[in-house]
Amino acid sequence: MASLKELKDRIGSVKSTQKITKAKQMVAAAKLRRAQAAAEAARPYALRLGAVMASLAGKVSGDSAPKLLAGTGADQKHLLVVVNTDKGLCGGLNSNVVKEAKLQAKRLIAEGKDVSFYLIGKKGRAPITREYPKGIAKHFDTSTVRTPGFEEAGGIAEELVAMFDEGAFDVAHLVAPKFQSALVQTPATAQLIPVPSPEVTDDSDAVVEYEPGEEEILEELLPRYIKTQLFGGLLEREASEHGASMTAMDNATRNAGDLISALTIQYNRRRQAAITTELIEIIAGAEAL
Amino acid sequence: MALHFELVTPARQVRSEDVHMVVVPGAEGDFGVLEGHAAFMSTIRDGAVQVYKTEGGEPEMIEVKGGFAEVGDAGLTVLAEHVDEGA
Repeated sequence: MASLKELKDRIGSVKSTQKITKAKQMVAAAKLRRAQAAAEAARPYALRLGAVMASLAGKVSGDSAPKLLAGTGADQKHLLVVVNTDKGLCGGLNSNVVKEAKLQAKRLIAEGKDVSFYLIGKKGRAPITREYPKGIAKHFDTSTVRTPGFEEAGGIAEELVAMFDEGAFDVAHLVAPKFQSALVQTPATAQLIPVPSPEVTDDSDAVVEYEPGEEEILEELLPRYIKTQLFGGLLEREASEHGASMTAMDNATRNAGDLISALTIQYNRRRQAAITTELIEIIAGAEAL
Repeated sequence: MALHFELVTPARQVRSEDVHMVVVPGAEGDFGVLEGHAAFMSTIRDGAVQVYKTEGGEPEMIEVKGGFAEVGDAGLTVLAEHVDEGA
């Protein structure tokens, strides 16, 4: 049986935990708004780049297509680029991403492919390294900057393209959380390299002039496209992290509230019982005289 | 008589407006775009995009880095990685 003092201390500690979770929830809500705005602001660029890619890829095909678009011709070595957050306190977000990555890895291994990982963000490292200690090709640390931006995406893209050129992998997939709402973030897998041929929606026969040439432009465009994909992934991650964190902290705050009221009732009952006992003792003592 | 000009970076849409003429630093030389330009696509080198709001007016210079320009029916779209305004 906990004494009155112990109960009081516990109520105090739950209260201070609640204060922390509440603060974190409000911070996450504010950051979520900013992350969503950033994700929205990035959309026009990605959209246009995608449209340009589609119209170009339709024109350059066959043998002349660059390697980033056509692939190495092999389909043996797969790289999973897994985007996790750097900080915790965001519910099941990271474990869901890791689960999705492991699922993909299992599927590929079952098909007889070699799988390696490229990890972005701190939180995915431990669980994936535990399961595939030899499969980790590289990590990319995004924890040194406050909000990862286009520069980080560029750094990642450069490393990936260099690895691709060295023949470290044939196909790369991007596993990243997709922000749907503050409540729902589902991990999604998309092929990153070779760049999946976008559907050609360009039905106009307009003659477009290219300078320097179609292939040169495409060659410059592809790394940029990958960069944009990664940038999108990072932005989604930010939004997902804050959304998930907000929801998790909201739950935590509510749980703490429930716990506090339960403990307070227990505390009051115990106090009353103690007072009653004391009164009975006094009355019994007085009557005995 | 206006050319629709859009300047977009990964972080945001910098410009979306109707202007008279834009001079773009193309990889193989500068080129000016007026309304009704033929469909055209070019990579750009680092340099200043000159935006002429009105005919004969003073151009507004916008420094851009890395990207390309596309001219289509909808006007001119410049996709750049970095933009430095007011340079």
